[in-house]
Amino acid sequence: MPSGDLIQILIYFGALAVLAPLLGFYMARVFEGKKTFLHPALSWIETTVYRLGGVDPKAEMRWRQYAWALVWFNLLGFLLVFVLQLVQKWLPLNPQGLGNVPWDLALNTAVSFMTNTNWQSYAGETTMSYGTQMLALTVQNFVSAATGIAVLLALARGVARKTSATIGNFWTDLTRSVVYVLLPLAIVLAVALVGEGVVQNLSPAVTVNTVEGGTQQIPLGPAASQIAIKQLGTNGGGYFNANSAHPLENPTPVSNFLEMLAILLLPAALVFTYGRMVTARRHAWIIAGVMLILLLAGLAGSLIAEYQRNPILGDPVNLEGKETRFGIVNSVLWSVVTTAASNGSVNAMQASLSPLAGGVALFNIMLGEIVFGGVGAGMYGMLLHVLLTVFLAGLMVGRTPEYLGKKIEAREIQMVIIAILAPSAVILVGSGVACVLPVALASLANAGPHGLTELLYAYSSAAGNNGSAFAGLNANTPFFSITLALSMLLGRFVVILPCLAIAGSLAAKKVSAKTAGTFETDTTLFAVLLIGTILIVGALTFFPALCLGPVVEHFLMGLGRTF
Amino acid sequence: MARRRYTSSNWSLLLPAARDALLKLAPRREIRNPVMFVVYIGAIWTTISVINAFMRDDPWTFACQIALWLWFTVLFANFAEAMAEGRGKAQADSLKRARTQVFGRLLRDGAEIRIPATELKRDDLVVCDAGDVIPADGDVVDGIASVDESAITGESAPVIRESGGDRCAVTGGTKVLSDRIVIRVTSEPGSAFVDRLIALIEGASRQKTPNEIALGIVLAGLTILFLLAVATLKFYADYSGAAAQQDISRFVTVPVFIALLVCLAPTTIGGLLSAIGIAGIDRLVRCNVLAKSGRAVEAAGDIDVLLLDKTGTITLGNRMATRFVPAPMYMEQHLAEAAQLASLADETPEGRSIVVLAKDKYDLRAQRLTPSQARFVAFSAQTQMSGVDILESDGSVSLSVRKGSVSAVRAYIESMGNTFPKELEPDILAITESGGTPLAVADETSVLGLVHLKDVVKGGIKERFAELRRMGIRTVMITGDNPLTAAAIAAEAGVDDFLAQATPEAKLARIRLEQSGGHLVAMTGDGTNDAPALAQADVGVAMNTGTQAAREAGNMVDLDSNPTKLIQIVEIGKQLLMTRGSLTTFSIANDVAKYFAIIPALFATLYAAGGWGDGPLAALNIMHLHSPYSAILSAVIFNALIIVALVPLALRGVAYRAQGASRLLRRNLLIYGLGGLIAPFAGIKMIDLVIVAMGWVL
Repeated sequence: MPSGDLIQILIYFGALAVLAPLLGFYMARVFEGKKTFLHPALSWIETTVYRLGGVDPKAEMRWRQYAWALVWFNLLGFLLVFVLQLVQKWLPLNPQGLGNVPWDLALNTAVSFMTNTNWQSYAGETTMSYGTQMLALTVQNFVSAATGIAVLLALARGVARKTSATIGNFWTDLTRSVVYVLLPLAIVLAVALVGEGVVQNLSPAVTVNTVEGGTQQIPLGPAASQIAIKQLGTNGGGYFNANSAHPLENPTPVSNFLEMLAILLLPAALVFTYGRMVTARRHAWIIAGVMLILLLAGLAGSLIAEYQRNPILGDPVNLEGKETRFGIVNSVLWSVVTTAASNGSVNAMQASLSPLAGGVALFNIMLGEIVFGGVGAGMYGMLLHVLLTVFLAGLMVGRTPEYLGKKIEAREIQMVIIAILAPSAVILVGSGVACVLPVALASLANAGPHGLTELLYAYSSAAGNNGSAFAGLNANTPFFSITLALSMLLGRFVVILPCLAIAGSLAAKKVSAKTAGTFETDTTLFAVLLIGTILIVGALTFFPALCLGPVVEHFLMGLGRTF
Repeated sequence: MARRRYTSSNWSLLLPAARDALLKLAPRREIRNPVMFVVYIGAIWTTISVINAFMRDDPWTFACQIALWLWFTVLFANFAEAMAEGRGKAQADSLKRARTQVFGRLLRDGAEIRIPATELKRDDLVVCDAGDVIPADGDVVDGIASVDESAITGESAPVIRESGGDRCAVTGGTKVLSDRIVIRVTSEPGSAFVDRLIALIEGASRQKTPNEIALGIVLAGLTILFLLAVATLKFYADYSGAAAQQDISRFVTVPVFIALLVCLAPTTIGGLLSAIGIAGIDRLVRCNVLAKSGRAVEAAGDIDVLLLDKTGTITLGNRMATRFVPAPMYMEQHLAEAAQLASLADETPEGRSIVVLAKDKYDLRAQRLTPSQARFVAFSAQTQMSGVDILESDGSVSLSVRKGSVSAVRAYIESMGNTFPKELEPDILAITESGGTPLAVADETSVLGLVHLKDVVKGGIKERFAELRRMGIRTVMITGDNPLTAAAIAAEAGVDDFLAQATPEAKLARIRLEQSGGHLVAMTGDGTNDAPALAQADVGVAMNTGTQAAREAGNMVDLDSNPTKLIQIVEIGKQLLMTRGSLTTFSIANDVAKYFAIIPALFATLYAAGGWGDGPLAALNIMHLHSPYSAILSAVIFNALIIVALVPLALRGVAYRAQGASRLLRRNLLIYGLGGLIAPFAGIKMIDLVIVAMGWVL
């Protein structure tokens, strides 16, 4: 690997290490209702929203109220996106004159954007009008990320509060996330991207004569504004079909760097926000460290796999399907980061990764999107594993397990198990059923282990609310539209609702005093335990499936066999 | 302390346990344990498929071997539980003997009626004479008697029970040795103390404890996860077989998939979970403590504040003389002589300690005085003094010595028109401040000096408290002494805090205060006025010598009535939780090796070049197991045998050391985490070698 690549990786993680804690502390202030430097400029938006919505920002909610508010809000968002797609032909802001979206695709897309998955079974430039992109998809990019943040905030309050019946106010959390965090960041990033050459206009596509003498249509539209939030909100749904491999979506190395940085920025920063809110900063650093180690291990594995000579192609490096403008490292780094973070945007095709690198991307998602993970979602998903670790290891010190002073008992552990079980079950059952159904197999472009990987990846991506596709699978069929939509819903809400239940149950508990007999969660030993639990639970669940997918494909590649 | 020791070794329990293991195969009993129920269903299913294959003349021996080992797995888990239960049965049986065939003499309108003990109701009055077995739990309302409680406590020395005060409770099944008492029955038939003890020890009333329930959820969750992973593997296998255009049905069979599921499911901990819980309660029983629920045992592990009574727990029960402080103009030896003389007839430990001190220091032999030579004055509440008058041969008093509290002696001296020497005041203050008690010694005319009585802290108790501190447990000494005395003893004993001039109300308030600070509190108590505090404490250990009210309020009863036991109880609680956690970790860590045995075996030939020989996934056979058959069988056998191998550990509990959480964790993680990862690799390989060498497998 050239040293230049290493330097790029170092710069990337260096920038992240500096920005994430700062942003995290800023967000902690925002969510605790304290004044920040942006309040003079933006607080009028917040108060206006409350006035329009008739919300009392000081009213506290019990966990069930919080959950209901969240579910209703998401349902409303879903209906809006669904309906807008069905009628876009008759609406303005449609200079290309695109037709209405078929119902099954519209359903899939609406679920996909509501759940922060942004799985796309369509090509943006030929399916969605500018109006749909802006009013339906971009809006959901903001609020689905804000929903994730709200769940994390509720959970943080559950941990931090003492014998409290309530866990905060959903509307306040939602509004503050959008107004003080997502909106300002998105504006800054969108402007920067426009500066790099990402398009942002409402003009129809232009037709140009190519050098070869043919004609080509170049799609345009309000891309930069959507791309900024798609990266920041771990949404990942590209404006164009090629996502960030498209030159108008990701034109320069600088835009590439910024977009990659935006993927991990909020998920990483929220770890520190959490640490502040529960006043356990060392613990937050340990969690951030665990995430980083898992990420770097995946990155290292992928890079080693990519820099091995491919015995079939014979190339010293495997550039097929990669982002050739930015090189292998930027393709691999993006693929690892985007799968770790539940973003799902791509700048190279995942299917073109070497089998093990593809396996890493797949395993990242299968772990439950907790290696930084989605905005909010990654951290609350990680907290589920933290609770499981505390429960298993906490017993070994001879006490009822405690997490930051809160006893972990049957109620919490039941919810933890449901939330960890649900996405795994969806992946196993979904891909298992799909790989024996002819209607599903007809969508596969590849046979053999690679085909199996495509199916595993599709359901993992949906259940993990990642949204990236392994490519090679034509998912725009009623079977996939509906089963994947179902997977996305289960993967999102069967995690969110147990998390809120845990928040409610923890908030009501009293806090045990810390003594020398208390199990510590801010040590390197805990980091080791957490990594062990995550890997063992993940590996034990998916080891057989991975063996028949990427692993056997890797061995077969060594033998020079393809399908 | 007489402690009952069970002579019956574990060996003698093996046979009954084996029989119980078979009886436990009834579905209604298996379903109580979800993990083992899955194995149970798997064993039945495999057996059916073996029979099917046999009828169709298909190969069936391999499946039959799997089926057999699955049944063994179920049986071994049953066996573990039966072993744990068996150990309690010995004591339950002896208790039952005490209960059977007892008649009570019911007092009704002054007349005695003889009725079976089982028909006695609450508030009935019964009378017991020497030799009678007390028919029910109750309070003595009239009389005093010595009672043999060995049937309950194992302690052979009789105890005194009398009406009124804190010694009024009697337990059904114990025997009156002398005198006659009238007892008011306090329990309903069938729910007497003994009945509850028997139920508890036998495990009949065993309810799952909160932590056991939570762990059960994790284990059930994992089992569901593995069930899905194995069930969907069938689909992935079919897809792969089709993709490779191979027939891989030789190993993609129901028995093999069930074998995989059973190996992955946390059967080790699932099979041992209830045994661990029963054994934990049994360990308490062995140190003569009866927990009224498993919940209390668990709570004991969480305790981080111990409220300990000073007397008997921290200090020896009695104060001892340690020093003579002569008044001006007197020799110390003279004082010692007088003090010894005054204490000759004083049989209290304090009095005896004065005699001993005088002997040790000045080699003063205790003189034998006959009644003609001396008249002893016993301690009385009025004078608060004791002493002796030495008589001349004519009966006149030649010398009169008194000893008593400073205030009593001061009054005595002043009543004779003499004064208490001022020079002694600083000494009195110094003794009081150091936590001691000054006694004054005087003859008829003047004060001879002081005796310094001191609480003697038990040997080794300071180290014990340091140990507790390392475990994160804070000790609070409870004493009726004044704060000055209390502080001095607290410092000497090394407790973390003390509560002086403690009243029952102050105790209760202290417990509430600690609990509101997030602490879990344990205490011991025996008096009726301790009952509220015992009920409020997270773990309240009532002394068996205590009142019925105290025994009802606490959630444990210490049959030895030894308050130091509290420390042991906490350790047993911790050990119980640690054993659960360690075996769970071990069980889950085991799965890695089992995967590496079974998955390569399942798909050994998949994608093999030309559809023959080893395929690419054979590379995962890192243990180099002989054949797919031997690999699968070895994993199943290991999985079954490890349950039996760990039964002793489950019953004994993992080794406990008084260490902080992080060191405990590191140790257990190394042994059970890392050990659990590595051990099955070695174990499976060894079993593979053995069964291949014996020719039991292809």
